[in-house]
Amino acid sequence: MNNQMTRSRLLALLLLCLLASFAMAQVQTEDQPSDDPVIEQRLAKLSHELRCLQCQNQTLADSPSDLAADLRREIRAQMKAGKSDQEIIAFLTQRYGQFILYRPRVTPLTYLLWFGPFVLLLAGLLVLFRYIKQRRDQITEQPLTAEDRRRAEEMLASSRKETA
Amino acid sequence: MLKYLIPLAIFLVLVVFLAIGLTRNPQELPSALIDKPAPTFRLPQLKQPDKTFSAEDMRGKVWMLNVWASWCVACRDEHPFLFEYQKSGAVPIYGLNYKDRPEDALGWLSELGDPYLLSAVDLDGRVAIDYGVYGAPESYIIDKSGTIRMKHVGPVMPEVWEKKILPLVQELNRQ
Repeated sequence: MNNQMTRSRLLALLLLCLLASFAMAQVQTEDQPSDDPVIEQRLAKLSHELRCLQCQNQTLADSPSDLAADLRREIRAQMKAGKSDQEIIAFLTQRYGQFILYRPRVTPLTYLLWFGPFVLLLAGLLVLFRYIKQRRDQITEQPLTAEDRRRAEEMLASSRKETA
Repeated sequence: MLKYLIPLAIFLVLVVFLAIGLTRNPQELPSALIDKPAPTFRLPQLKQPDKTFSAEDMRGKVWMLNVWASWCVACRDEHPFLFEYQKSGAVPIYGLNYKDRPEDALGWLSELGDPYLLSAVDLDGRVAIDYGVYGAPESYIIDKSGTIRMKHVGPVMPEVWEKKILPLVQELNRQ
């Protein structure tokens, strides 16, 4: 009996939460797939290249946010109007900046981003080569002096004696 | 000695860069629309749906466009300050009601008061896309020639108002 009461209370609470969420709702815009498979295919490809502005580590394709849905709708509409992918990307970067591109363009501003890792790699290789060369120079063979040879033979002789 | 100082120097440089990174807000993106013409629109007014409002109507004036919605939590924080800003007469503030049901929006205004000279209704968020809106509230300062001169993402708190918006508006009004 008691259990049932808590359950019904929980249910009421849940309903209340739902109601509150309705009160806060935005105007939903339909994010319906287009009936043209070509457009859907293009959208799928393009939206994986674009960043969702609200949840910045998701692509426009994966994001459940309302803005992402709006932008997908906008992209569909523009594709239907015959715009090319390039034109649509230009439309979006004009409004949201380069940030919307998951793959930043190669411009002087992004040279460091694109080429920095390779510069670091080269610098690392250079340091490595210099280090190896320096070490090799240090360990070049030195010919034995007469004294060294005498001592070495002495040691060899003594070890032979021990094993015998 | 130098051998030990070099790694230390690299480490310190790294610390400085990471420290700068920590103080920056990744949510705040540079707007692509600064110093570009404000996108044109013509939208119905919230309180008088038979009348429209357009960015063109504001030619020759410095004005502020504030993107808001009744579902937007941060807009509630900003709301009381908007009255003060509007009352100061520094810059006329117009609202862009973003993806909101008009009945919700009107309810919000009658409950909390209406600081806007008027609000335009952007029901499907299409105009907001033109303005590069990605999170309400957002505020735009538009100059006499209809050029966007500043964008602020998030609530316009008194600090932002005094340090960034007021000086800019005063300068723009002088031009």
